[in-house]
Amino acid sequence: MNTTAEKNIILQVDRLKQYFPVKKDSIFKPKAYVKAVDDISFELFEGETLSIVGESGCGKSTTGRAILRLDEPTDGKVLYMGKNILTLNKKDMRKLRGDLQVIFQDPFASLNPRQMVKQILNEAMAIQNVVEKSKRKERMLELLGYVGLPPESLDRYPHEFSGGQRQRIGIARALAVNPKLIICDEAVSALDVSIQAQILNLLKKLQKQFKLTFLFISHDLSVVRHISDRVMVMYLGKVVEIAEKKEMFDSPLHPYTKALLSSIPVPDPTLKRDRVILKGDVPSPIDPPGGCRFHTRCPFAIEKCKQEEPPLRELVNNHFVSCHIAETLPV
Amino acid sequence: MTVQVKTEQPDIAVKTLIGGTKESRIKDFISTLIQNKAALAGAIIIIVYLLMAAFAPLLAPYSPYEIDLENKLTPPSADHWMGTDDKGRDILSRILYGSRLSMGVGFAAVLFGAFFGIIFGLVAGFYGKWVDTIIMRMMDVMLAFPGILLALAIIAALGPSLINVTIAVGAFSVPLFARIVRGSTLEVKRLEYIDAIRSLGASDFVIIFKHIFPNILSPIIVQGTLRLATAILSAAGLSFLGLGAQPPSPEWGTMLSSGRDFLFSAPYIALFPGLAISILVLGFNIFGDGLRDAFDPRMKK
Repeated sequence: MNTTAEKNIILQVDRLKQYFPVKKDSIFKPKAYVKAVDDISFELFEGETLSIVGESGCGKSTTGRAILRLDEPTDGKVLYMGKNILTLNKKDMRKLRGDLQVIFQDPFASLNPRQMVKQILNEAMAIQNVVEKSKRKERMLELLGYVGLPPESLDRYPHEFSGGQRQRIGIARALAVNPKLIICDEAVSALDVSIQAQILNLLKKLQKQFKLTFLFISHDLSVVRHISDRVMVMYLGKVVEIAEKKEMFDSPLHPYTKALLSSIPVPDPTLKRDRVILKGDVPSPIDPPGGCRFHTRCPFAIEKCKQEEPPLRELVNNHFVSCHIAETLPV
Repeated sequence: MTVQVKTEQPDIAVKTLIGGTKESRIKDFISTLIQNKAALAGAIIIIVYLLMAAFAPLLAPYSPYEIDLENKLTPPSADHWMGTDDKGRDILSRILYGSRLSMGVGFAAVLFGAFFGIIFGLVAGFYGKWVDTIIMRMMDVMLAFPGILLALAIIAALGPSLINVTIAVGAFSVPLFARIVRGSTLEVKRLEYIDAIRSLGASDFVIIFKHIFPNILSPIIVQGTLRLATAILSAAGLSFLGLGAQPPSPEWGTMLSSGRDFLFSAPYIALFPGLAISILVLGFNIFGDGLRDAFDPRMKK
């Protein structure tokens, strides 16, 4: 497949690390860190939707926050249009933030309860100074139109809206500054299923309309299947597999991805399924297992997996996996 | 039957608007407050005192400073409702004028304390890490002194006067405000809308004062009201000790102090200023408690 090669890379994450210090029990112990994101690299092409999936605590949200510099990453590079945004000073970073927007999980916490919708949208435009003052009102109505809210919404407070409507306000706020890349951090997880579909379709529509690039963070595989072009699977702060959506769902290579995908319920009680059931819990990210991080729970682990960390390698066209024995695994 | 799945239709919003408007929330708040009888009594006391202070020149039958030695130490009568002191000054008039001083000192001290406390608390809570450690350890040091002792030390350094009393009383309110503000800031700052506004590119200043501060006002207001009671009491206490307002000023603490010499022969000289202080402090305390309950969603039925 050559199509991806021709696409422009909008965002490149290079060896990104995000460690959080843990409180020590004793001053004699070495300083401990939660390695929430540990040395991950991937790129994002213009106009696509890349989903990050994984269990809670695997570092997917942390990755999103690190890219936005909501938490300062420990190490690594985040190249946006070829520019490393982690080294930008405060002023330049603030300017750039207009290009990178975020939609959050909890629509009840993501809007300031003391601001009316018009204040929320106006402030977004004012901060980035994207629209002249006289034209802002017009632009606000336009934005509401994009996200499917009536013009009367402008004079209302967030608590007067339902969850799905608030999420639309959040989307309108993100759109207000003409972003190029939107990070959707579990953007539909807090909504019920029918609303989820509405919001997902809205996001798809807006993506086409404004040529947006999405980094879609989710734990919900059916949502991911619906919206993504490519999928990236994370486990304990590491990327285990990246592939085109179809490729990933049809022929996953990594044992973890297989287990994850086999957990999707199939609405057919007669269907016999080979479920890969994982044993045990996710190990602590403070002291992750050596070698392949998944070896403690992997049913196929060999000695090499305990010793050596598997690199992310391209096994099939544009299908990357970090597993020593991916080729030899049963399909 | 065809099921139409509408995805992004504008009509879904208005019909399903939930919750009330801002006006109705304020109404709710006031009605909760009024239902609380004690808070209502507190509010009435405070309003009466404020009116007294505002209209003192109209209400006072005599000048608070006019010495009338022929009528000194007269017990309460029709001419002098609260009697006269050892120099024949009308106690009622002095109390009315004194309310300006005593409440003025209280308000000024709390404003002073709140101003610095809020800034310290916001900065400590927002920036965290070493900024937080330095500010809050300083606050701990201030809290380690008993309030009145700290005030005494400050006045000893600055010299006795009503302004210095204000500063001293305000200073020991600073750590209390700082603590409350810091706690609330920590709570609000991890909410997603703060991240959202930051990712829009807002400066720290805007985030702190436009988005965090308005959302932590209620604990500040409650603390402020309760602190007013303590501040008025402490200011009167310091004046009683001779460190604040100096005679012949009609400050209540000073009046109390000068009435001390006549406790047995003319108890009303000390009684009325004492009552004035006690009732006002009581008023602020129960009003503050009522406010706290009204602001606290858990107290709602």
